Amino acid sequence: MSTRKLREICATAPSLVWLTAFLLVPTLMVLTFAFKKADPMGGIGTEWTFATLRSLANPSYPAIIWRTIWQSLATTAICVAVSIPMAYYMARTGERTRRFLMVLTILPFWTCFILRVFAWMSLLHPHGIVKNILVALGMADPSSQLLYTSGAVLLVMVYNHLPFAILPIYASAEKFDYQLLEAAADLGATRATAVMRVFIPGIKAGIFAAILMVLIPALGEYVIPDMVGGPASEMIGNKIAQRVQNDRNLPHACALSAALMLFVMGPMVAYLFARRKGGKEGGRFSI
Amino acid sequence: MGEFLEFQGVSKRFGPVKAVNNVSFSVKRGEFFSLLGPSGCGKTTLLRLIAGFEQPDSGRILLDGQDITQLPPNHRNVNTVFQNYALFPHMTVFENIAFGLRVARRPKDEIEHEVMSMLKLVQMEDKAWHLPSQISGGQKQRVAIARALVNKPSVLLLDEPLAALDLKLRQRMLLELDLIHDQVGITFLYVTHDQGEAMSLSDRIAVMHSGVTEQIATPAEVYEAPKTSFVASFIGDTNFFDGIVSSVPDDDYCLVDIPDFADIEGFNGVLCYNDKKKAVGGRVNLSVRPEKFGISIDPPRRQFAHMNVLRAKVEDIIYTGNHTNYWVSVGSRRIAVYQQHAGYLLDEKPIRWGDDVWLYWNADNGYMLDDEAAPDPGLGDNVKGV
Ligand SMILES: Nc1ncnc2c1ncn2[C@@H]1O[C@H](COP(=O)(O)OP(=O)(O)OP(=O)(O)O)[C@@H](O)[C@H]1O
Ligand SMILES: [Mg+2]
Repeated sequence: MSTRKLREICATAPSLVWLTAFLLVPTLMVLTFAFKKADPMGGIGTEWTFATLRSLANPSYPAIIWRTIWQSLATTAICVAVSIPMAYYMARTGERTRRFLMVLTILPFWTCFILRVFAWMSLLHPHGIVKNILVALGMADPSSQLLYTSGAVLLVMVYNHLPFAILPIYASAEKFDYQLLEAAADLGATRATAVMRVFIPGIKAGIFAAILMVLIPALGEYVIPDMVGGPASEMIGNKIAQRVQNDRNLPHACALSAALMLFVMGPMVAYLFARRKGGKEGGRFSI
Repeated sequence: MGEFLEFQGVSKRFGPVKAVNNVSFSVKRGEFFSLLGPSGCGKTTLLRLIAGFEQPDSGRILLDGQDITQLPPNHRNVNTVFQNYALFPHMTVFENIAFGLRVARRPKDEIEHEVMSMLKLVQMEDKAWHLPSQISGGQKQRVAIARALVNKPSVLLLDEPLAALDLKLRQRMLLELDLIHDQVGITFLYVTHDQGEAMSLSDRIAVMHSGVTEQIATPAEVYEAPKTSFVASFIGDTNFFDGIVSSVPDDDYCLVDIPDFADIEGFNGVLCYNDKKKAVGGRVNLSVRPEKFGISIDPPRRQFAHMNVLRAKVEDIIYTGNHTNYWVSVGSRRIAVYQQHAGYLLDEKPIRWGDDVWLYWNADNGYMLDDEAAPDPGLGDNVKGV
């Protein structure tokens, strides 16, 4: 073994150990526990069973999983769509404005997450400001409901995840060579064409990171639907939380988690596999 | 043949900086026109005004008789080769060149055909499917030229396209650029701070200084008949002499008293071609190129009708192979003298350090400048560059 190879192994070992200990092992545990019987004390029993998995056939689950996925995808799409122009503006504006916007982006993290959701609850409350303004403008019926709807869940989820989309996209946009947009305009492209065909491909690494940073936590979200959603906006995270906290049935929670994981990972692995195979422009490295 | 690209009193300022200051000139159709000037003189700004990336504060820009001052960049029939090429990093060489045609929604087979013929023109057929990161600097530069030319612009703008290349490659690309210009017949507007590039490529040169065009002329004119001391010193090396007309013996020539030579015994003035029609007492700023001097140990035979002859002392000699540079002192002045080696003349006495020599030049080769004071008084010997 060459010293170079040895050095490479030494350099990657810590992250490999970390990932194995805190990602791979827990994932495998979740997958295994799905096949265990529940212990009446709230722990994991010793016997193996398929009963838990079979119970997932309960017709309410597919609907919840489906809602979870589209709510998360919608959150991700909105966050990314809002972040791209925001990041563009931040990257191109003066130093003062840039710093101000950066502080605005990060500021919410200084307040407790639960408090921020409470703030939204009071804003969206039937007697809250938002509702009153909408009614005054004639844009909402006085009897209509803002709080405890799927719309409220989506709004608060977008609000909460937006910084996680802005930061990676801004990091890419800051490194982007804006002369390329001039080059595109020089070659006859309109602004929209230049953005679609030059800017977005140029910051795709940031967009990809933003999608992961928003989509994955969004899929597991349960506090927001619990607080601002109604019974018809439950997500799979709520079910998992109920199994753990109310029913003390860990295997059932694990089975739900595993199902969610398969739903998400399946298409992603398939996509990566297809790209690897179809990557004909040789030598290009991309995610 | 009329004026094709025309600037009419164009100005552009950035805060307190007048990047382009009331510039007027015009470029002819099919011409290879250069903007030459030192860093920060406003060349790029002028180019960006034509491309449409900047709006002038005042003045108009006309292209083929049409006022394009207000047109956005994508509606102007000009294309730019950027200083750092600005190739799209995620597109192959082929796609980079095809970009303009795709945006214009040209038919697919036509795009293929046009791009292929461009690749052939710049000799990059075998790199069509490479990404910009996989090709060399010179190749990127050729792709950038092809990407601009494929749109058949009225004017091709080139912003120091060779600056990033090494000397050998630069010389080769210089020849190729010349060839491409001959082949496509498009008007080229070429920005550079390198006088060699501008001199060898251009039909005409505009010499810029602090946002102003100082002289617009052919390369030979700019070199042989500089209008201002800036032009004289920026293009090539020169010796400046400050003086006052002491007598005007005939219509064409005058005698100039030069204070720096005052303590030379028997000095009665330098004979000078008087194209500015200066009268007695007029101030003169004279430029004489180092290679216009003759230098010899023996007294020169009279070679020209109007010849200046001075005694000088050799202070420094630098032999560079194809020519020798001398620094001689005359009065209180140091003068640069460059001598070409036509042949290895054994019958001529060699010149050594400290020798007393004869210095002579044809009065027609001294050039009166428009501005009356020599620039850069800080340079003790008034010689720019070495
Ligand atoms: N966007 C800008 N904002 C402020 N000042 C600018 C801007 N662009 C150019 N300038 C100033 O205008 C002047 C001319 O700049 P320009 O880029 O045209 O010079 P240049 O001749 O192209 O120089 P170089 O050879 O170094 O590229 C400079 O003093 C520069 O600092
Ligand atoms: Mg420049």
